Amino acid sequence: MAFGTGGHRSQARGPSLGFRFTLYAILSLVVMFLDQRHGWMERARFVIQAAAYPVQVAVSSPSSAWTWLQQVTETRDALRAENARLRKQQHELELRTMRYEALARENGELRGLREALPPVAEKWLAAEIVNIHLDSLRQRILINRGSTNGVFKAQVVLDDKGVIGQTTHVGPWSAEVILITDPEHAIPVQVERTGLRTIAVGAGDSTSLALPYLPGNADVKPGDVLVTSGLGGVFPTGYPVARVTEVHRDAVQPLAQVRAIPFANVDTDGEVLLVWFREDHPAAPALTTTGDLPIGNKNLQPQPAPPPRPKPAPSAPADSAPTSPAAQSSNASASARKPTSPSGTVNPTAPAPSNGGNAPARVPAAGAPRNSKDSAAGEAPPATPKKPPAGQPSDATPRNQ
Amino acid sequence: MSSDMPRGRILFSAIVALVLTVLPLPPYLDLARPSFLVLTVLYWSVAAPWAGGIGLGWFSGLLLDVFQGPVLGQHALALAAVTYVTAREHQRIRSKPLFQQSLIVLAVLAAYEGLVFLIDGWTGHPLTSPLRWIHALTGAIIWAPASIILAQGRRS
Repeated sequence: MAFGTGGHRSQARGPSLGFRFTLYAILSLVVMFLDQRHGWMERARFVIQAAAYPVQVAVSSPSSAWTWLQQVTETRDALRAENARLRKQQHELELRTMRYEALARENGELRGLREALPPVAEKWLAAEIVNIHLDSLRQRILINRGSTNGVFKAQVVLDDKGVIGQTTHVGPWSAEVILITDPEHAIPVQVERTGLRTIAVGAGDSTSLALPYLPGNADVKPGDVLVTSGLGGVFPTGYPVARVTEVHRDAVQPLAQVRAIPFANVDTDGEVLLVWFREDHPAAPALTTTGDLPIGNKNLQPQPAPPPRPKPAPSAPADSAPTSPAAQSSNASASARKPTSPSGTVNPTAPAPSNGGNAPARVPAAGAPRNSKDSAAGEAPPATPKKPPAGQPSDATPRNQ
Repeated sequence: MSSDMPRGRILFSAIVALVLTVLPLPPYLDLARPSFLVLTVLYWSVAAPWAGGIGLGWFSGLLLDVFQGPVLGQHALALAAVTYVTAREHQRIRSKPLFQQSLIVLAVLAAYEGLVFLIDGWTGHPLTSPLRWIHALTGAIIWAPASIILAQGRRS
């Protein structure tokens, strides 16, 4: 072959260079195929991830040692100040959750349940971010909890402000988390003010999300809060995701260009929360699909928009308008399902949650439109032009019938 | 040089390079950081193709896949391919002055990025940011100092 003098033992050693390359190329193609098609390499990845974990910990150890040193040498005053701050924060949180029990019971009564629902989050586990660099262009992090702690694939990861992402690869002691800002990640969200559903896609720069599927006349404006909508089977309903920062409407473009900033401190977090959810809870993620639709199944394909129902004039006062939230949400979810054809399904003047009297009766984790399951599967729920109780989107209507 | 000496050294330098590759850095440095592991593998496939070569490239690539790849085997294939080329042409590359070597390395790294980019697209994880091509450029710039350091290690 081409090399001969470089190594005196080169010729004697086994097969030629080209042969070896072919061997390795075939090997990697097989590995790629197995990993991509059937997830058969999940086991191998698990083992390799276990083997790589010591290296990862070793690499991150200088920075963790530095943090530890900082903690140890912290002065008494600083600790006391932090203690005072935490105590104040705890008081605030206590004040804020004081009425939680009452509100939860009230919500249960409105839903026609006999008892208040438990919180949707069943248990949670704090995890530390292993301080290593994965890929500068993909937004991934590594956390120090794995399957030995019960972590599973596609588990929700939060911080104290909002949703951060979900796990993608789980090793025995570590797991890789894809952040919501990764360009490959899309999270189903809902505008809290209007109930409008759409999908937020990561913009790839760790500080912003894009909402590429909103039509130009969608009712969204800067300052709107986006919460998870519960569709998609991963994230439960009602967790804060991001705040809309800019909305560009171009008369030429059919879609609005919307940007949002995530609540979670994706960049600066040192610790995140892994959460387990109750599956039978109304706010739990709707388990309609496992994530990918098999091509060719007609029932799972996007359906044509339902024919427009007679509606009162859009300028009607919001609290008396029977713009049935069921119909509206089914429309919105239909448009979220087939984002590329906006076809006017979204009601541009969605009823604002008027009626400030009962508006606070919103338990953060229990705003789940139960019908999302049905409408996501393609069949529109029976639209009940029934007046929602007191301005709240009537979550329980389909179930009361 | 004996053939056993480079093996230990290759392993050691590869581990150091891996650590450098995954070391956390501030974001602006992060974008410019070349893949030190790829550079090291390329160096050894030119300097000692009988000891490093395609096998080293493949396993290093697999390691990179675990750390950064969406698909297992992606970096492995790309790195095996470029080490094949450099190991085959190692005499021609070695005889060039450092500056020309850097240009060759630029082409090789661009080919490597291109392969990874293609596989990204085929497997459905496209990443179209133009920033990804910076790594080839910074890798070529760092080639000269890196190869001097690695050569020092070899002779000492």
